[in-house]
Amino acid sequence: MSVRTLPLLFLNLGGEMLYILDQRLRAQNIPGDKARKDEWTEVDRKRVLNDIIMTMFNRKFMEELFKPQELYSKKALRTIYDRLAHASIMRLNQASMDKLYDLMTMAFKYQVLLCPRPKDVLLVTFNHLDAIKGFIQDSPTILHQVDETFRQLTEVYGAISAGEFQLIRQTLLLFFQDLHIRVSIFLKDRVQNSNGRFVLPVSGPVPWGTEVPGLIRMFNSKGEEVKKIEFKHGGNYVTAHKEGSFELYGDRVLKLGTNMYSVSRPVETHMSGASKNLASRTQESIAPNPLAKEELNFLARLMGGMEIKKPSGPEPGFRLNLFTTDEEEEHAALSRPEELSYEVINIQATQDQQQNEELARIMGELQITEQPRQSTTKGDDLLAMMDEL
Amino acid sequence: MVAADSEGPKDPGIRMFRRERSIPLQGSAAALCNNLSVLQLPARNLTLFGVVHGPSAQVLSAAPDGVPLAQRQLHVKEGAGVSAPHITQVHWCVLPFRVLLVLTSHRGIQMYESDGSIMVYWHALDSGDAPSVQAVFARGIAASGHFICVGTWSGRVLVFDIPAKGPNIVLSEELAGHQTPITDIATEPAQGQDGVADMVTADDSGSLCVWRSGPEFTLLTRIPGFGVPCSSVQLWQGIVAAGYGNGQVHLYEATTGTLNIQINAHARAICALNLAPELLSAAEDTFVHIWKLSRSPQNGCIEVEHCHSECVSDTQVCGAQFCDPSGSSFAVTGYDLTEILRFGSV
Repeated sequence: MSVRTLPLLFLNLGGEMLYILDQRLRAQNIPGDKARKDEWTEVDRKRVLNDIIMTMFNRKFMEELFKPQELYSKKALRTIYDRLAHASIMRLNQASMDKLYDLMTMAFKYQVLLCPRPKDVLLVTFNHLDAIKGFIQDSPTILHQVDETFRQLTEVYGAISAGEFQLIRQTLLLFFQDLHIRVSIFLKDRVQNSNGRFVLPVSGPVPWGTEVPGLIRMFNSKGEEVKKIEFKHGGNYVTAHKEGSFELYGDRVLKLGTNMYSVSRPVETHMSGASKNLASRTQESIAPNPLAKEELNFLARLMGGMEIKKPSGPEPGFRLNLFTTDEEEEHAALSRPEELSYEVINIQATQDQQQNEELARIMGELQITEQPRQSTTKGDDLLAMMDEL
Repeated sequence: MVAADSEGPKDPGIRMFRRERSIPLQGSAAALCNNLSVLQLPARNLTLFGVVHGPSAQVLSAAPDGVPLAQRQLHVKEGAGVSAPHITQVHWCVLPFRVLLVLTSHRGIQMYESDGSIMVYWHALDSGDAPSVQAVFARGIAASGHFICVGTWSGRVLVFDIPAKGPNIVLSEELAGHQTPITDIATEPAQGQDGVADMVTADDSGSLCVWRSGPEFTLLTRIPGFGVPCSSVQLWQGIVAAGYGNGQVHLYEATTGTLNIQINAHARAICALNLAPELLSAAEDTFVHIWKLSRSPQNGCIEVEHCHSECVSDTQVCGAQFCDPSGSSFAVTGYDLTEILRFGSV
């Protein structure tokens, strides 16, 4: 499949993650002066988003990401987001992390499926980046990093043909195949059916570059039009009036990829009946795969670019719950169907000298950021090779 | 549609269709183009279906009423690489003395006996001169006389010489007519000439090439693209039918390459076409349309009439084929769908 899909997958899923965390943190927002020590404030929220975005757009990380490569497994990708979500003082239990990932993936699946043209997935990505820039308006350094990524996207994807974009779209849909988790906000907005399938409307504007269906034109051997007939198409389409902008700033026109969450709309997922056809799920994560070693190598290199903050000293880790109550979160953890469990790769520090060297080298090359940070114990955080699968 | 039998009588007029019994699939259909191959075996009262799931493909047989009989899963032959290789297409090739099932993937080309039981040939793709940003794969399969032609990522079309029986298959020629990845290939016996076939190949830039088969294939016509992929192509009675990424269907005169008909048929990319004798078009806009083709008595130009539209609700269609020679029934596959939908004339 296409070897240029990973950056789009990573950035869009990351964008959705930030929307959800932002909404959740706002929902639990307590005014600064009234907050107890263990409650979230506006300052905390901004700090969490800042830390995650800074880690996400780390230059070395982006460099690795943009290299032409196959999409890695769902397991590997989930592990990255696990680490990303913990790039700050925030902590998530397994159940909340699972729910977060469910929401992220279903949202981007929806956006890919509904893109009018395969190329429009780039506009969806720009929508996410525009919103991310909104989260970090006060941090010029991170803003610059995001603009850099924007520039890289334009450079790589600006020259890609429609055919290659079609392959990218097919690659993304392959990744999301058989995922039918029902999301309450989608069900309420009637963009998802109760069986977990998304609604594909047969009305509205046609993609830019497509004509409204319904016309047959006939030509003679000289190429002159001799007849025009109309036919009943069955849909209710109109002409697209404007193309979305691919510039750094501009009207994207497309709404897919913009923030659909707001404080007043809590987001839930429904587990029961989510996967009626167990046989249809791809069996990729079950059998141990010796080739996954290369995948893990890559992952380790990426992780090497992430400074993981461990809560230490007087400041405790703040836990965020994606459910309404702690009891609900606990229940979700216990009742999650077996086939939907994400097998997160366990990352442990080992004594393996050879494997440590590569990561130590990458860690050593990282630039020190200007923001003062909590002291991290690099010895503990140094990520070495994972256990063999 | 591939028939191991001769064509049936033409059916005039507007069609009405209704949903018939679906055939369950072991794995959902992948979001690829031309993701349904049908082999009709009326002598054995059977129809064979082939659908790509992703790293595997499923071939199954069904009775005329849609009751599934036997099924088999095929996988890509392992090669070097990190991730599981994916299949791009599965297609039955009807040759003069045998039927082979061909499977193309990101590794190469696999050919099996028609029931998928024995692999008779494996051709690994040579990715030697491919830039690292280029995905390497084979895609586009058609039988042309006693040859099987398969398209590749580079635009080259590989021509395999197939013996009447046995595994002694030989790569006899590589056709250079395209510069972008091949999307689809279609063939038909050449008019008035025995043992010779005409072939049309299509690519990602929308360009089409019309060839004549032989010990060496000859390029007859070139039809330029317009920057939009031509995802599916058919050839019948000297008419080239081409489906594009912008939802249009074009009908060309194969010998001259002249555009006769332009249909604004769909609101999304077309994923499948089938032509014999009616034209079937299916697209990601959830619609399947059936069109009646004819030749004008005055000037012999192609004429077209819309017969039927079928909305497969909330389904991004990825494959569609007629199931019988008269075009009175057709089957549809959709992304994420774990069944083959069947429609029959009323």
